[in-house]
Amino acid sequence: MRLKFIEERIAKILMSLASLLVILFVVSILYTILKRGMPALNWDMATKIPEGGYYNGGGGGVLNAIMGSLFIVLGSTILGLLISIPVVFYMNVYLSKTSKLAYISRLAFDVMFGIPSIVYGAFAFSIMIYLGMRTSLGGGILVITLLVIPIFIRSMDEVAQHLPKDLLDASYSLGATKLETIKVVLLQIAPGIATATLLSVGRAIGDAAGVMFTAGFTDSIPTSLSAPAATLPLSVFFQLSSPSASVQDRAYASALILTIIVLIISVLGRLVTTYFSKNKI
Amino acid sequence: MKEFQYKNPTRATWAEDYSFLNNDLDNSKLEGDKNKKSNLKVTDLNLYIHQHHILKNVSLEIPDNKITCIIGPSGCGKSTLLKTFNRLIDDTEGIRYDGSIWVDDVDIFDKKTEITDIRKKMGLLSQRPCPLPMSIYDNITFGCKLHGIRNKKRLAEIVEEQLKAVGLWEEVKDRLHAPASKLSIGQQQRLCLARGLAVEPEFILADEATSALDPISSKHIEELFVELKKDYAIILVTHTLRQALRIADHVIFMYLGKVIEAGPADEIFNNPKEELTRKYLEGAFS
Repeated sequence: MRLKFIEERIAKILMSLASLLVILFVVSILYTILKRGMPALNWDMATKIPEGGYYNGGGGGVLNAIMGSLFIVLGSTILGLLISIPVVFYMNVYLSKTSKLAYISRLAFDVMFGIPSIVYGAFAFSIMIYLGMRTSLGGGILVITLLVIPIFIRSMDEVAQHLPKDLLDASYSLGATKLETIKVVLLQIAPGIATATLLSVGRAIGDAAGVMFTAGFTDSIPTSLSAPAATLPLSVFFQLSSPSASVQDRAYASALILTIIVLIISVLGRLVTTYFSKNKI
Repeated sequence: MKEFQYKNPTRATWAEDYSFLNNDLDNSKLEGDKNKKSNLKVTDLNLYIHQHHILKNVSLEIPDNKITCIIGPSGCGKSTLLKTFNRLIDDTEGIRYDGSIWVDDVDIFDKKTEITDIRKKMGLLSQRPCPLPMSIYDNITFGCKLHGIRNKKRLAEIVEEQLKAVGLWEEVKDRLHAPASKLSIGQQQRLCLARGLAVEPEFILADEATSALDPISSKHIEELFVELKKDYAIILVTHTLRQALRIADHVIFMYLGKVIEAGPADEIFNNPKEELTRKYLEGAFS
């Protein structure tokens, strides 16, 4: 057999091994969560808020954290999209390819991307003290928005940078202004927006450090933006810190709930992505 | 079909080039509506991109109800000139121009002229068809909605009318809400033409609009141009001399950013005044 075919075969085996390794990680994490979490998982976990002494083995569930996390994810995703779409549109339609402002912005978003969430948390915490705010759902949403904006912008920008010039020209030559062209741009980068949303929801729902100082923790479901809010990762953390094994098992059950929520969002996200890709040229 | 006396080896007629399709077009029946007058005049246009002098002292006039072909070797500024007509060139970095282009006695470089009004008058057909990322129906209504047509019944009429005008209606009437990207490339180009016509332009600017298409689709587009010239002034930038020979009524020959010669097709092809034009037509350079 010629050398290049042997090379090809070896490369193929290495690539499949790498893929299997990644799948193995996911499966082993899922196995750990399932093994310890499944026995502790029951309807009460997902439908009730903690009762007195919950963290010492009392009754109740983590509905407070589930709702808190969902509110924060929803709020930060909406706010994040509202801020990022204009930025991406401005950078790719109004600014030229060689614009210095666009270059500096991209650099800034890359730096933002790499900043750990605890730093955002500390930053927001100092602002909140300055403003006299307490830990609250609103504070949590703001911090997570800061966290997801670079994800939104960079992943949408990656798609938007490949917008065909002809497509923009087609819209302009029909008499559209740049602003009116936003509809064309949004439809063209819709799959990118869907992917960006998936990525940032994943990061938003899983973040513990950012919300620790800003959203706080409470046993009740937040009723307003100024009320403190519990989150699933923090709930997992607190339960895991308990010396009691049964409470620790409930931490795994909470992690399982978190994973199931992420799974549902991902599947929905993929369906939405397919739907939005149909018109792309 | 126009008969040229031209003895050049590049001489071509529709019948020759498309004899395998066995379907010649009768040009004589097409009498235009002479009431509408469209007028495009360029005077002393100079265009620079950074330090490069791209268009040099261009002055010309585009006749109405005719197909004007702009020919010339690659890089002579044909496409740049075309993009200047609807000011799409404005977005190019380092662009500067002086001189003026008069469209219906309005200077399109005048600060008071609204750029969208100019573009509305110029339907653009690009080299590769570029449908908008939406359905066939929405592709056509997009432009109409920009210009304030909201009535659903009227929009449906426009869609049918324009799709019929480009001979696409029968092929797509059952799937108007399917994505435009699912059409074949030839159908996409006709859709783009219909989309342009829907905003009621006066000019059709075509930038090598058939170069990406197969022979049958190209012929379809060429036939449409011949048919549409009764209502529009068509300006076609082309690389293929044979295409110009087939459909041009008026020819502009450009070389290195200058207009070397312009005039009726018969004159340019049969009896070019300039040595450069003659050489180009003979295929001495391209």
